[in-house]
Amino acid sequence: MTTATASTATTATATTAPHTASTATAAPPASTATAATATAPTHAASTATTAPHTASTATAATATTPTPADRPAEASGAHPVAPAERSAREVYRDTVAALLPREERLVVLDTDTGLFAGVDFGAGADRYLNLGIAEHTLMGAAAGLAREGRIPLVHTMAAFAASRALEAVKLDIALGDLPVLIAATHAGVSAGHLGPTHHALEDLATMRVLPHMTVVVPGDPEQTAVLLRQALTAGGPVYLRLGRSATPALPAGAEPPRLGKAQVLRRGTDLTLAACGPYPVLAALEAAELLAADGISANVLHLHTVKPLDTPALLEALADQHTLITVEEHWAAGGFGSAVAEELAVLPVRVHRIAMPDAFVEVAGSQRHLLQQGGVSAQSIAARARRALGTIGGGTR
Amino acid sequence: MSRGGAERPRGGAELSRGGAELSRGGAELLETVTRIREHIVTMCASAEGGHLGGSMSLAEILAVLYFRVLRHDPRFPGMPDRDILLLSKGHGGIGLFATLCEAGYFPAGELAAYARPGSRFTAHPHPGIPGVEMPSGSLGHGLAVGVGHALAHRLEGSGRRCFVVMGDGELQEGSVWEAASVASAHRLARLTAIVDRNGLQISGPTESVGALEPLADRWRAFGWRVLEADGHDTDALTAALSAAPDPERPTVLIAHTVKGKGVAKIEGQARSHFARLGRRQQQQLLQALRADAEARR
Repeated sequence: MTTATASTATTATATTAPHTASTATAAPPASTATAATATAPTHAASTATTAPHTASTATAATATTPTPADRPAEASGAHPVAPAERSAREVYRDTVAALLPREERLVVLDTDTGLFAGVDFGAGADRYLNLGIAEHTLMGAAAGLAREGRIPLVHTMAAFAASRALEAVKLDIALGDLPVLIAATHAGVSAGHLGPTHHALEDLATMRVLPHMTVVVPGDPEQTAVLLRQALTAGGPVYLRLGRSATPALPAGAEPPRLGKAQVLRRGTDLTLAACGPYPVLAALEAAELLAADGISANVLHLHTVKPLDTPALLEALADQHTLITVEEHWAAGGFGSAVAEELAVLPVRVHRIAMPDAFVEVAGSQRHLLQQGGVSAQSIAARARRALGTIGGGTR
Repeated sequence: MSRGGAERPRGGAELSRGGAELSRGGAELLETVTRIREHIVTMCASAEGGHLGGSMSLAEILAVLYFRVLRHDPRFPGMPDRDILLLSKGHGGIGLFATLCEAGYFPAGELAAYARPGSRFTAHPHPGIPGVEMPSGSLGHGLAVGVGHALAHRLEGSGRRCFVVMGDGELQEGSVWEAASVASAHRLARLTAIVDRNGLQISGPTESVGALEPLADRWRAFGWRVLEADGHDTDALTAALSAAPDPERPTVLIAHTVKGKGVAKIEGQARSHFARLGRRQQQQLLQALRADAEARR
């Protein structure tokens, strides 16, 4: 009941989004630049569906950092946190380039993605193999190598790893519990303008249902390097979900990420925001700030590991609470929020899910822009929180 | 004749590579082939039945591989320097089980548990069964996995070989040709595909369902060396599978076979694909098998 309502609300948001957003982007009036900070508690709930786009406009209008030609625009957005220099996939590439010469069991299998062009693997050069545009063979060959004692890192886009090659992942890799690291880039809507063929909003669902599979979504480029190294010693198959473009670094201060362990980014007493993915985590943190202005105190948990899910951390956060909002860059069906809801179904906890609506994204836009269109934004989270806690229209709790 | 246990064939490093020293001679191997077919018929007489036709067509191919070509040791299924055999046509599973049993991987008595509740002997193979290297049953997976094994063998600098046995109907899966391109591009000389070309699939002739011909030319066009042989002629199979690798390309052996081979009554019929035999049918087929084998001596 709760989740059905949540899903409907998300869909409604998306339906009205494109026009508002594109209009605002085309002609950002100076006054809207301040709108992001003018989110008054009194009308927040009623404007929840349009708030994200206002924020987007503010971002566009206030962006002053020059954007290098090779870096997508979303990296330079006026987010509270400075943009990272490199994307998660570039960090992945550089980490692998450093590991390959030293770790003889590693074998990198590429699918003509071009990410590794010009990389000097040194002593590991013979263990980098480009298999061409052949994702089924990519997974099958990885299985064969793993059965021979190697640790293959296979590299393709999330849409192809998690859908096109799914049966090979299931039967050749997961069934054997083989140590294959599937590095999937362009996940979520990070492919932006490349369109719906290159978006992957189903991959968490398809991967997390597979027995033996570990599913990891690093929160920022730095976490990518740390979690990648941990994943290589996990023992079984790992799906490492990466974006296409640079995303902002998460705020410093949290404990270093540990595979399978949630990070508590903020402690609160009224409700818990559990987020997965770079922008969802940032949106949750921003929402917590918005809610704090209303006197609402929120836990913010970062669950970079979707499977195995850190259920104890969720239970601890919810020890004296009854409201949880999940935030993710994935279709609402079957993703991170679903995983959380499944775990907590036996508890008297209301789980609300903020996720991408049940629709293909058939318009161009940056990752951040498309997420906001889909209602995955700080404003949507805050609005949902207020409704959940019965504070629509502001006022006392 | 050996039948598991103490009468295992010579194993491991003692087994020759390339058939220079055959571990089983002509008459002995033919007897093994007959027993493999008897096991197949018996498993098809289980409560659940089994894939009869496509397993019978495999008997000589698997017998030649396990008793003349592969370097393997039934006492140590995971022997590091073994050759790899992948049965990509997983519906030939009971043919593989029968062969592994004859080779000594497990006692014949275990086959009696085939398809019974709780038995590890499911219709399609999986690595829970000693000697099985990969799960198969969904078609079009084996060649890609074989590419991985062959890449690993090359990286380790060994002379190990990998054989992938496929059905002809299986070649309708696009993933086969994806892997064929990759194997060719990477010049996987020690990878050998074997096509059980019995010409039939569930609905009828392969050519009326999803045309494969000219099959040899198709493989050549993908950059493979193509060998052809009568898939029921053990000497011809031995020669083909023992041939020195072409250093520049992988090899495919198109083995021309007869679906349901071994019992004239069921040969060449698509409906032999899957059978659940009654006791009387089982006895008839076993008698016919034995008579056919005697006639070929």
